[in-house]
Amino acid sequence: MTDPAIRGLNEPAAPTGRRRFGILPPSGARRRFSLLTRRDKLVLGLMVGIPTFLHVFFIWLPTVASGVLSFTSWNGIGLDKIKFIGFKNYSDLFTGIYQPFWPAIQHNVIWLGVFLLIATPIGMFFAVLLDKEIRGTRIYQSAIYLPVVLSLAIVGFIWQLIYSPDEGFINSVLGTAGTAQAVDWVGNRKINLWAILVAASWRHIGYIMVLYLAGLKSVDPSLREAASIDGASERQTFFRVVFPVLRPINIVVLVITVIESLRAFDLVFITNRGLNGLELLSVLVTNNIIGEASRVGFGSALAMVLLVISVGPIILYLTRSLREEAA
Amino acid sequence: MTAPAITRPVEAVRTRSRRGLRPGRILLHGFLILTSLIWLFPIGWAAYTALRPYGDTAKLGYVSIGGSYGFQNFIDAWTRVDIPKFFANTLIIVVPAVVLTLFLASMVAFAVSRYSWRFNLGLLMLFTAGNLLPQQVVITPLYRMYLALPLPKLVSDNGVFYDQYFGIMMIHIAFQLGFCTFVLSNYMKTIPKELNEAAVVDGAGVFRTFWDVILPLCRPPLAALATLQFTWIYNDFFWALILMFTGDKRPITSALNGLKGQFFTDNNLVAAGSIIVALPTLIVFFVLQKQFIRGLTLGSTKG
Repeated sequence: MTDPAIRGLNEPAAPTGRRRFGILPPSGARRRFSLLTRRDKLVLGLMVGIPTFLHVFFIWLPTVASGVLSFTSWNGIGLDKIKFIGFKNYSDLFTGIYQPFWPAIQHNVIWLGVFLLIATPIGMFFAVLLDKEIRGTRIYQSAIYLPVVLSLAIVGFIWQLIYSPDEGFINSVLGTAGTAQAVDWVGNRKINLWAILVAASWRHIGYIMVLYLAGLKSVDPSLREAASIDGASERQTFFRVVFPVLRPINIVVLVITVIESLRAFDLVFITNRGLNGLELLSVLVTNNIIGEASRVGFGSALAMVLLVISVGPIILYLTRSLREEAA
Repeated sequence: MTAPAITRPVEAVRTRSRRGLRPGRILLHGFLILTSLIWLFPIGWAAYTALRPYGDTAKLGYVSIGGSYGFQNFIDAWTRVDIPKFFANTLIIVVPAVVLTLFLASMVAFAVSRYSWRFNLGLLMLFTAGNLLPQQVVITPLYRMYLALPLPKLVSDNGVFYDQYFGIMMIHIAFQLGFCTFVLSNYMKTIPKELNEAAVVDGAGVFRTFWDVILPLCRPPLAALATLQFTWIYNDFFWALILMFTGDKRPITSALNGLKGQFFTDNNLVAAGSIIVALPTLIVFFVLQKQFIRGLTLGSTKG
């Protein structure tokens, strides 16, 4: 179990069938089971059963309920008031009858795009730089990862001090603070999403850097040595040798980046409740719960859109961890 | 899980770069110093603003030096908002949530990793996938469930899950179980199986084997996960925002939404409030950095 990063390379062609996923060899399993008394089995059942019940009851049951309710119209009061209306909620969404939907999709896509194409590569770049033997690398690492421990709500507060039109740092430096020329970074709907994304990336980059630093540490140093003996430049070594070996981490980072982009909520909500240019799917779901009109069916349909988008990365992640299981 | 052989090649890499890239190194350090300063700037700016009285910044501007410096903003933020109350709310939720999550997750991880069942893989998938769901996927029905599900008066003064510390704690446990189970089962797989057999030979039942043999060996991942879970649950904004109605009962992070604009009227107070609320996580950063990072990376690399 030494080197997860390399394991992917040496992995034999995957055998098919259930055996592949077995955690212990079947023979060993049988012997172990015979050692279990009836009481042991009961205890094991409880040890697994109670947590599993909690997880299924509070996470998976509502997920399934979201799916069912998305085909209904319900204001949330009285189970007998639930009315099945087929795909009406979905058609209201996709045909634009519910106006915030497409802007929210667009904002989520922009969010994902910035995270995936800018923030994540920057995080990786920092990790590559700091993975070298540099004096003070610890200090640099700490500085970049500091925002990771902060909540996104606090990140919103801290960046307000930089963005606010009357008292913010940027407008103060520009000399426009408190004047009519002041740029309202988080209020102007043409730019606020980008301003918020700067703040979100500030935190995301550190997160990705930490993950890649761990991944890079697990790369067998002899690989690099071999590459440099073969005359590969530093860049070639990274892209041709190190990056492919980092495949498991790359998948984790990809999944985290996508899921974080879908979960994005706190920062926009604390900034302006996700209005006026900062609409996101997660905010729309919330508005349909705590807004004045509680539209359970509709909110569920929005949740299903989120679920469908997240299924891809979730499956990717699962297959990846299952493959490791087999190795 | 770094191999012991790691030292020699690293040494080779180091000497090579020493020989070659002097000017490159200077450039690299310049770049990294600049980046670090940019990264620290927002927090440094908040700290600086918080130390200055509103009157001075109003007169001199925010980007200025001079006037007086002191902790009055911190005192104002602390007393005006009754921050201790919100910290207490957080503690009531976080402490039991972290302990129970780790306890329950390690039991599942133990069963899944130490015994071969038909459902092992399915269970692990269920937990892992559940951990990756966006919270908003479950919140709409969950909100209705919380309004309807009865709870004994002992843990709920209104008789249901909604608007209760207990309810918030439960959703944290249910949600975080996924990640912790995944990490702990990966770790437990690396513990030699013979330990189980030895325990059985000694006449220990399943739970004794778990509690006295396996769990003590899991101290490293448990410490890392405890640090990480504390930070994550402390930082949670969403669950308590939706599932806790009474503003005065909200944990500190969710409470920020209501405090904004209402109590934190100028940037100096916002800055002081931010620093105060960030303090527990900053302590994690300075004191438990290693644990926190190990927790984060345990999920992505094995061991």
